[in-house]
Amino acid sequence: MTSIAEQFGRDDWVRFTPKQKFTRWAILLGCGLAIAWALTSIEVVWAWVWGAPEQISDLFGRMYPPDPSNLGTILRVLWDTVNIATFATAFAVLFSLPVAYIAAQNTTPNQVTLWLGRLILVTSRSVNTIIWALLFVAIFGPGVVAGIVAIMFRSIGFIGKLLGEAIEEIDTRPVEALEATGASRFKVIVYAIVPQVMPTFWAVAILRWDINLRESTVLGLVGAGGIGIILQGAIDTFNWPEVATILIAIIVLVIIGEVISAFLRRRIL
Amino acid sequence: MLKITDLVKRYGSGDPVLKNLDLTIEGESVVSIIGSSGAGKSTLLRCINRLVEPTSGSINLNGTELTSLRGKNLRAARRKIGMVFQSFNLVDRLTVMENVQSGRLGYISTWAAVTRRYPKKDIRRAFELMERVGIAHYANTRADQLSGGERQRVGVVRALMQDPDILLADEPTASLDPKTSEQIMGLLRDLAGELKLPVVINIHNVTEAKEYTDRIVGMRYGRIIFDDKPAQLDQAAMDEIYAGSPHADRTDDMAAAS
Repeated sequence: MTSIAEQFGRDDWVRFTPKQKFTRWAILLGCGLAIAWALTSIEVVWAWVWGAPEQISDLFGRMYPPDPSNLGTILRVLWDTVNIATFATAFAVLFSLPVAYIAAQNTTPNQVTLWLGRLILVTSRSVNTIIWALLFVAIFGPGVVAGIVAIMFRSIGFIGKLLGEAIEEIDTRPVEALEATGASRFKVIVYAIVPQVMPTFWAVAILRWDINLRESTVLGLVGAGGIGIILQGAIDTFNWPEVATILIAIIVLVIIGEVISAFLRRRIL
Repeated sequence: MLKITDLVKRYGSGDPVLKNLDLTIEGESVVSIIGSSGAGKSTLLRCINRLVEPTSGSINLNGTELTSLRGKNLRAARRKIGMVFQSFNLVDRLTVMENVQSGRLGYISTWAAVTRRYPKKDIRRAFELMERVGIAHYANTRADQLSGGERQRVGVVRALMQDPDILLADEPTASLDPKTSEQIMGLLRDLAGELKLPVVINIHNVTEAKEYTDRIVGMRYGRIIFDDKPAQLDQAAMDEIYAGSPHADRTDDMAAAS
């Protein structure tokens, strides 16, 4: 009867060599130093940080009780907000389909279209919705249209990117099988690619609608329509009770949106 | 008649996978191709319907030279070549009927394909074939609900819907249990007889190859080294087909060349 140690000749094992251990500790130390340096280099007024709890209770005091006298207008504008999000999502879904198709490596016709697709996605995604909104308010003037277009532009990148990745990750074997039947490229897409991408398509569209609902609530801050306009008006006039009503309305809207998208996800997927 | 002459396939700049291969398949015979993994069986089959592009040589099916076809003509030629795959290659999220009708995609209009308004005679044919292989009651079931053997039956019907002149089967039973595997092999043999269709089957199971096919072609490292009736496949021939490994063959080849 021989022991394991005798059979294999050794009974100790370590995960990292001393050199690896040293490197790991050095990296940890480096990260710690970077954080410490970053904290000292930003100019924080610590008195304001410590005074925050007092300010919070003061603000809440001024907001309470919420003033519902303007509730009619608030709800109407909130409905605008929902419409901005919904139309923008619908258009974005439509426009992102061809973009996803040319931005996916396995379906794009050639290298030029691949890079065109990627360029569209990157441009759309690297610019924040608020910045797109500033741009489109300058073009279309203040209002709902600028908001819809701004959110649409931002969403095309998001939906196109995720859909393009879904296209790249499909099982290629059915595609091969349908090519072998002599089907044209378009028919192969309709029969072998579209069915595989469908679940992702719906999931992404619902998720983006959910995000757009929240994004459209701030568009009004730059004049692009929706609830943000009256929110800013109320803040500017120190009408804190109305601010409270608006914030509650937004929270309720977002929760309803969450419930609807969760329901759709369950039903469709 | 399928006539392959001097076929060469080389991936990249390495050694050819198929080396000056000649093969003729006449009439309605069921031919099995055996050989170890890496012998080039799959590549040979895929060269025929150009899922793999041959490097040089000629493949002629009933008077049509397949190697030079492009675009529309290639698709028209592919319609007449049915293929059955090891992993079935069905579209899981479509119904059995849609999968079966996808064998007709080369024939029907794009509009009919998109709207799923298949021609009446195609639907009748689909039900006949599905009835024949015992899956007619699954017409409205999604393909991913079926068992392996049932899925392969869908694959076979899809290929037959093409009204093919030849049926290629790339290890059609390798993903199936032994019993189902025999059922599928029996089905392929019987259908070949009923539809007067030549069938070429890549297969690892030599026992099944002997039992269900009329002719066995043995491949080793890109060449055909055995081609005869199943009864002639003795132990010596088996040893020659399966001995060694692609790696050893490659080394031998280089030694012979130098």
